Amino acid sequence: MMDLQFTSAKASLEERAVVDAVAGSRNGKTQRDSLLPVLHAVQDRFGWISPGALNYVGERLRVAPADVYGVATFYASLSTSPKPQQIVHVCDDIACLAGSEALIESLQASGAVVERSPCLGLCDRAPASLGPDDAWMPTYVGGTELRLLRHVGIVDPESLDAYCADGGYGALRKAFELGPQRVIAEVVTSNLLGRGGAAFPMGRKMEAVANAPERPHYLVCNADESEPGTFKDRVLMESDPYAIVEAMTIAGYTTGCERGYIYIRGEYPVATQRMSNAIARARDAGLLGEAIMGSKTRFDIEVRRGAGAYICGEETALFNSIEGKRGEPRSKPPFPVKAGLFGKPTQINNVETLANLLPILLEGGERYAQIGTPQSTGTRLFCLSGAVTRAGVYEVPHGTTLGAAIDLAGGVPRGRRLQAVLLGGAAGTFVAPDARAMPLTFEDARAAGATLGSGVVMLFDDQTEMMPILRRIARFFEEESCGQCVPCRVGTVRQSEALERRNFALLDDIGAVMRDASICGLGQTAANAIASAGANLKLW
Amino acid sequence: MVELTVDGAAVTVPDGATILDACQRAGVDTPTLCFLESLTPVNACRVCVVELEGSRVLVPACARRAESGMAVATDTPRVRRSRKMVLEFLASSVDLSTAPEAQRYCERYGADPQRYGPTAQTVTQPVKIDNALYVRDYAKCILCYKCVEACGTDAQNTFAIAVAGRGFDAHISTEYDVPLPDSACVYCGNCIGVCPTGALMFSTEYELRQRGEWDEANQTQTDTICSYCGVGCTLTLHVQENEIVKVTSPVENSVTGGHLCVKGRFGYQYVQNRPDDGD
Ligand SMILES: Cc1cc2nc3c(=O)[nH]c(=O)nc-3n(C[C@H](O)[C@H](O)[C@H](O)COP(=O)(O)O)c2cc1C
Ligand code: SF4
Ligand code: SF4
Ligand code: SF4
Ligand code: FES
Ligand code: FES
Repeated sequence: MMDLQFTSAKASLEERAVVDAVAGSRNGKTQRDSLLPVLHAVQDRFGWISPGALNYVGERLRVAPADVYGVATFYASLSTSPKPQQIVHVCDDIACLAGSEALIESLQASGAVVERSPCLGLCDRAPASLGPDDAWMPTYVGGTELRLLRHVGIVDPESLDAYCADGGYGALRKAFELGPQRVIAEVVTSNLLGRGGAAFPMGRKMEAVANAPERPHYLVCNADESEPGTFKDRVLMESDPYAIVEAMTIAGYTTGCERGYIYIRGEYPVATQRMSNAIARARDAGLLGEAIMGSKTRFDIEVRRGAGAYICGEETALFNSIEGKRGEPRSKPPFPVKAGLFGKPTQINNVETLANLLPILLEGGERYAQIGTPQSTGTRLFCLSGAVTRAGVYEVPHGTTLGAAIDLAGGVPRGRRLQAVLLGGAAGTFVAPDARAMPLTFEDARAAGATLGSGVVMLFDDQTEMMPILRRIARFFEEESCGQCVPCRVGTVRQSEALERRNFALLDDIGAVMRDASICGLGQTAANAIASAGANLKLW
Repeated sequence: MVELTVDGAAVTVPDGATILDACQRAGVDTPTLCFLESLTPVNACRVCVVELEGSRVLVPACARRAESGMAVATDTPRVRRSRKMVLEFLASSVDLSTAPEAQRYCERYGADPQRYGPTAQTVTQPVKIDNALYVRDYAKCILCYKCVEACGTDAQNTFAIAVAGRGFDAHISTEYDVPLPDSACVYCGNCIGVCPTGALMFSTEYELRQRGEWDEANQTQTDTICSYCGVGCTLTLHVQENEIVKVTSPVENSVTGGHLCVKGRFGYQYVQNRPDDGD
């Protein structure tokens, strides 16, 4: 046992009470994995983490104060100096860049304390802001074939009864009938590929976790959704939370997990509230916890909140974050299926990937595989934003062309012409208007040197100046780099500087080392959009 | 045993060995900055990257386990480009003036830090002198994590320092950046022992350097056994003009692994019988 040393700073009684309430409510276990929830509670209540509070957190959780400080200073939403508690976050990221200055001025004029923020996942209402008193507003949804979105706006997201009346929990019942092996066989047949960006075959991942000898197994739903331009997972969680609970239960049952986590980005208060409500209701109804639906299955879900760090969407950084460490990615191998959360075999998936388990079970993997193309099966959620008439989430079968998706959203507003489309987010690719004919599939995107990434389709019209957009993307990576490895920690800064100085000749070398030598996907993709703007939009 | 090839030559290494071990076996000199035999690899600096057949990206030789059938290439244009860029990134943002290893690598790979221009961001900051025993000059820090590991689970178990902040702002810090005397530091000096850049430096060395009197060429190194307790740590006394200027321990020593405690590391300051003492 280490012998911890603290400075003389003492927590106030109030601070101690807040820490105790969170630390003590966790089964009396006071462990390092409570660190982020405890720091969140202190930040929420006092607006900052004082030296005394930090010492007390370290004492309670047996973590060295320097370590707690290292964690607290990693997350943008935690502060180690006093800050006003009521802050309005204004997005000045790519979809909102043009309108953000005016919005900031008007908010400040009305007396609000404003902080600039990277993409808030509200790109459909650009320029977006997030304040403590905001009323919830629905996001426009559309498409040609609504499977994942079929409940959105129709079924009351708070009500378990409404969900069940509309066929809810039929898929879990089916899963129990089939048993884990046959569920996995259906998923393999469906050829479902991960929707979080890496397009990994879902069936193979489930097989690997289900067969991993080490116990326990963990399930993690990755709802950190912070890729600029992405807001589909928010819509699923806000408008069909029980579907995510049901899908997680199926995945947990199938891969031998008794414990699941859903890690929701901190800037999604409504999604967090609705998911928490759905989990609580499902637990009350015997759909989570012991003996689910009278079976021998035991499974429960814990909600975790992110704290302002894009990098925590990277799977191994997310594990570290849950474990109460800095959100620094680990090096792979070992892969999560072998050594993930708490070093145990872990099934980690994007929200949308999990949501696809429901139609796969209800229709069967074979029928599912007939939607889309043989290599890109099923439907896909695309987040249309920017210079488009009806920004929103659109569900279309894979293989729909980019042009058709744009047209569904009403195209570019009248009187303007399309200049460029950003596919896949800040880590994605700019394509020119001639890419309208491209079918939206994994294989066609790859062949075009692009990526579908997290489903971002952001449009820029001919009146948009592209260089400020590129500089904002560069700044995003600079601010979101975890700082662990040299190619990304320094490379993202040098990339920004080179753009600023219009020294385009440097970009190639900077991009090459980031792509080749960075530890994780953030550094490896940080040059993609900028390089593609040079090549496809002929900006230099 | 694991059989693989390094630059086309067949090499055999024991199970659990790394690609770096295999490179050494093959006689290939691989640059490393954040790696040390006695510490858990963090593979953060990325100067040791090599090309591995079948891998989309380059892999860190220091941390990646060797596997049978691997084909490793250590001197391809991609490898040279990445190593050169990593070194340029460091040399353009960090003061490497007391990091001879890094300087040698920069030369070997033709790093040209000047090309980022005079406005390139750096980690320049004032030196921290808050105790009598050692100095922290984080303008020289490459963030190799070695000091954090040495202070933590890999040696000292004191956890006085950690990485704080994020991105380019990431830095080594005590809680709220309090001075060392207010922190948990016990002055074992193990962080100084592992620091590859001189960012952490014995006050004796720092002061001699400030006066322009540091003269490594005319120093002798003598090994002795520490007499403070029964453990029997090997001390290497670095002596310049009859004065002990620093104390280290060989990293390959089976007792210390290079690590000492405050008595072995700094005790000489109290026992050294210098003629001008006592005035
Ligand atoms: C910097 C970075 C951020 C990421 N953010 C997310 C995210 O917010 N949501 C997500 O599902 N996957 C994200 N990923 C991908 C995950 O690492 C992982 O591949 C994914 O969660 C696996 O789920 P899937 O197989 O269902 O796609 C991110 C990856 C990187 C490198
Ligand atoms: S690539 Fe960037 S984000 Fe990823 S580990 Fe390295 S510094 Fe961190
Ligand atoms: S001298 Fe020892 S205790 Fe102090 S910071 Fe360095 S390693 Fe930690
Ligand atoms: S102070 Fe030295 S040992 Fe510590 S991270 Fe910096 S360079 Fe590495
Ligand atoms: S909310 Fe502004 S870019 Fe997404
Ligand atoms: S020596 Fe291998 S990554 Fe630093």
